[in-house]
Amino acid sequence: MPDTLLFAMEATLNGLTAGVMYALVALGFVLIFKASGIFNFAQGVMALFAALTLVGLQSGQIPFSHLINAAFGTRVHHFGWNMPTFLAIPATVLVMIGLAVLVERFILKHLVNQEPIILFMATIGLAYFLEGVGDIMWGAEVKALDVGLPKGMSDTVDTLTYNWFGYGFYIDRLELWAAGIAAILVASLTVFSQYTKQGRALRAVADDHQAALSVGISLRFIWVLTWSIAGIVALVAGIMWGSKSGVQFSLSLIALKALPVLILGGFTSIPGAIVGGLIIGVGEKLFDFFMSPIIGGATENWFAYMLALVFLLFRPQGLFGERIIERV
Amino acid sequence: MLYREAGDFKTSYVADSQTFPIKFDRVGYYVLLGFAFLVMPLIINDYWANSIVVPFLIYTIAALGLNILIGYCGQLSLGTGAFMAVGAYGSYKLMTAFPELNIVFVIIIAGFITAGVGVLFGLPSLRIKGFYLAVATLAAQFFLIWLFTRTAWFYNYSPTGMISAPQREVFGFAVTGPRASAVSMYMICLCFLVISAWLARNLTRGSLGRQWMAIRDMDIAAEIIGVNPLMAKLTAFAVSSFFIGISGALLFAVYLGAAEAGEAFGIDKSFLVLFMVIIGGLGSIFGAFAGAFFLIVGPVLLKLLLVNGLGWPTDLAAHLEIMIIGALILVFLILEPHGIAALWRTIKEKLRLWPFPY
Amino acid sequence: MLDTQAASGEDGYITPDGRKIGGVAMEMRNITLRFGGVVAIKDISFDIRWGEIRAIIGPNGAGKSSMLNVISGFYHPQEGEVIYKGFRRPKMRPYQVARTGIARTFQNIALFEGMSVLDNIMTGRLHHMKANLFQQALWWGKASREEDENRAQVEKIIDFLEIQHIRKTPVARLPYGLKKRVELARALAAEPSILLLDEPMAGMNVEEKEDMCRFILDVNDEFGTTTVLIEHDMGVVMDLSDRVVVMDYGKKIGDGTPDDVRNDEEVIKAYLGVAHE
Repeated sequence: MPDTLLFAMEATLNGLTAGVMYALVALGFVLIFKASGIFNFAQGVMALFAALTLVGLQSGQIPFSHLINAAFGTRVHHFGWNMPTFLAIPATVLVMIGLAVLVERFILKHLVNQEPIILFMATIGLAYFLEGVGDIMWGAEVKALDVGLPKGMSDTVDTLTYNWFGYGFYIDRLELWAAGIAAILVASLTVFSQYTKQGRALRAVADDHQAALSVGISLRFIWVLTWSIAGIVALVAGIMWGSKSGVQFSLSLIALKALPVLILGGFTSIPGAIVGGLIIGVGEKLFDFFMSPIIGGATENWFAYMLALVFLLFRPQGLFGERIIERV
Repeated sequence: MLYREAGDFKTSYVADSQTFPIKFDRVGYYVLLGFAFLVMPLIINDYWANSIVVPFLIYTIAALGLNILIGYCGQLSLGTGAFMAVGAYGSYKLMTAFPELNIVFVIIIAGFITAGVGVLFGLPSLRIKGFYLAVATLAAQFFLIWLFTRTAWFYNYSPTGMISAPQREVFGFAVTGPRASAVSMYMICLCFLVISAWLARNLTRGSLGRQWMAIRDMDIAAEIIGVNPLMAKLTAFAVSSFFIGISGALLFAVYLGAAEAGEAFGIDKSFLVLFMVIIGGLGSIFGAFAGAFFLIVGPVLLKLLLVNGLGWPTDLAAHLEIMIIGALILVFLILEPHGIAALWRTIKEKLRLWPFPY
Repeated sequence: MLDTQAASGEDGYITPDGRKIGGVAMEMRNITLRFGGVVAIKDISFDIRWGEIRAIIGPNGAGKSSMLNVISGFYHPQEGEVIYKGFRRPKMRPYQVARTGIARTFQNIALFEGMSVLDNIMTGRLHHMKANLFQQALWWGKASREEDENRAQVEKIIDFLEIQHIRKTPVARLPYGLKKRVELARALAAEPSILLLDEPMAGMNVEEKEDMCRFILDVNDEFGTTTVLIEHDMGVVMDLSDRVVVMDYGKKIGDGTPDDVRNDEEVIKAYLGVAHE
């Protein structure tokens, strides 16, 4: 088999695993958009914030220690204990739920019935606020995150592909795990929204706010619920990305990567988010693989957006979105 | 008592539709203009020019431009940083290719180049709206910055990948390059700002401005009334990018002196200008001034207070600044979606009646 | 290509109150409009004559608003043609249709909420203003001259509709009835050949309805504007209009003077709610 083809296949596989990561972030967007019509720009920062909180709790950091030290001249840093992962993760989930409650109480409640564009800009504000809070709470330095997920090259894939093609593919074990966890997450979300009372309420709200209100569904509760779920999805994404490349500011930029994913998949479709993520992941790896030698590297920076732009011109509603009929 | 409109009757439509219909405002405006042109040049020094005044003037031009696009035409753009970069690199290429060309023309032509690029990336706005369009402009942001950092032609193959402004003069005064004085930097930016604001005001009060606002408020109805959506949106993109390009050219050539696309014109610039527009007031010329002033002066004051005053570490102050800006955006969107400009209007309405509110 | 039949048509008629109605302004020929599988308008033909007040009535969902949208170019029918001023109208974008002299109001008020009443009405005069971008930017020559000339025209309409006092008020602050009037003003500002009114009296109280009736009649009287209106209030329709088209389930079931229509058996059936099929 020619080498180029083999390398392209490896790039495709890597693209698929990267795509899963994009899909994970996009999933959080879709959930909030379906339930509240809000395009939550802060989703990426929520992932960063969740990962920061997890690391902070694990290592027993004192929140706001920098601020306290600066204000009172103290020198506090750590509580002096380490929280085991199986406790730290539920604790972080609680923090994210708390965040959802605060967001509902102080922001969403006051912005009901505003235009989508105003809500969008509000989430940009939220993103900045949360980023600042995260940095002040836990410090801005790059942190390693380890929740015990395996890392490094997957020997199984390596051996298997070596036996087949005479060339071993490099796939990170972490990314295989991420794919598995994403699958579980999507499955449980589907079960939740299809078979539970809250899930049905969620879908009702997504369909028609007014009608849902009139049959006695509490909109505010639903908002807290969706933002909590989105927070948990953010935590999962944060763990994956954090374990891969450390917890740092750039993590919040994955939110930007999720945008083109949503354009491709449609803002309201969970399968769309996944397929869109995979297309973007594979597309940018293959494009970089074939085009880098010709036009220079680092095309990942913009390929996804350009793809989305071209796509928008031909199918503005996304792959799985519903067709928009305009009325007067 | 001073601020009132009673007895101030208009006898022609020209008088009725002027920019400052109330006499007190008109006088105040001329006093301010006189101060900016006659008094400021005498008292300005390097510190004030570099830390507050010049960036304020330059960012106000950018905010004017973005406000035309978002505030007047309702088209959300996150590509401001990249469009500023187009202005900057455009002016750099022009300065190095035509050393004889006067810097004023260089900057204006850079504005026109940016307008062209803006129209190109504005084309999708015909089919897509809202945050879909925001994604299209993000494509512009990342693609253009990538182009400027990867294509050596744009930075004249300089080994550092940076562009740096050679010295250029206006009436014998150096306005760019290391020997430019605070006064000349101030004056060129001020002139560009005053003319930009005047142009923006004219464009927004006439039939084009009404077409933009019609598209913003209800695009389908606007089209049925007779607004050509393609023309309205593309002119908004062109005019907006023109101003943003000029501000990018000034930022690079006059203020920074040297720049690198990814660092000086990243997406954080897009957000900064967006925030100026939101905090200042969507759809208001005055808002562009207020927003830029607030977001340039605010951080300087905060830093003075926390770092110089209380002795806090710089990075902590920077994080607090981000947090406060985010919170302010939220507060403004919730309490006063039309920003400082609307607050100002309310205050003026109260003042008209003061001190006898009944 | 001149459509001789429509252009030469009969020479109009005299209304009971003595107004002279001209030849055919617009003719709808075998219009069929479908949305996917749903047929909104099925093979409808009728004409509109210069100077008349033409009403389209029918129960909810009869396709009246769709018909208005076809006339104003927002929907494009799959079959049939629109003959306007003697020519077959090619497929046009709505803003192009507006420029041929067709102005309209909307069922759910479609004013520009962020603008003042004056600016809203000024948008109606867009195609009377020709200054280019650069003239407008410099507020020079044509730009400032046009602004004042058109302002004068708009002020006439403001006087006519008696809305001087709210000239500078942001539209969002106005009550419903006044909004409807401002919308009419915006449509009139365009000096249209044909004025389309989509339920101009919906949601109004009796007093406001009377005002609106008076304005519609005055407009027709003063400017001779051809008016097509959709309305639910039968009393209003019968009083106002010269001829009436009755639609039901996308089909035309009646066409004629108010008296003809009132006595038409099929129309009565549709309105009294005799079971369909």
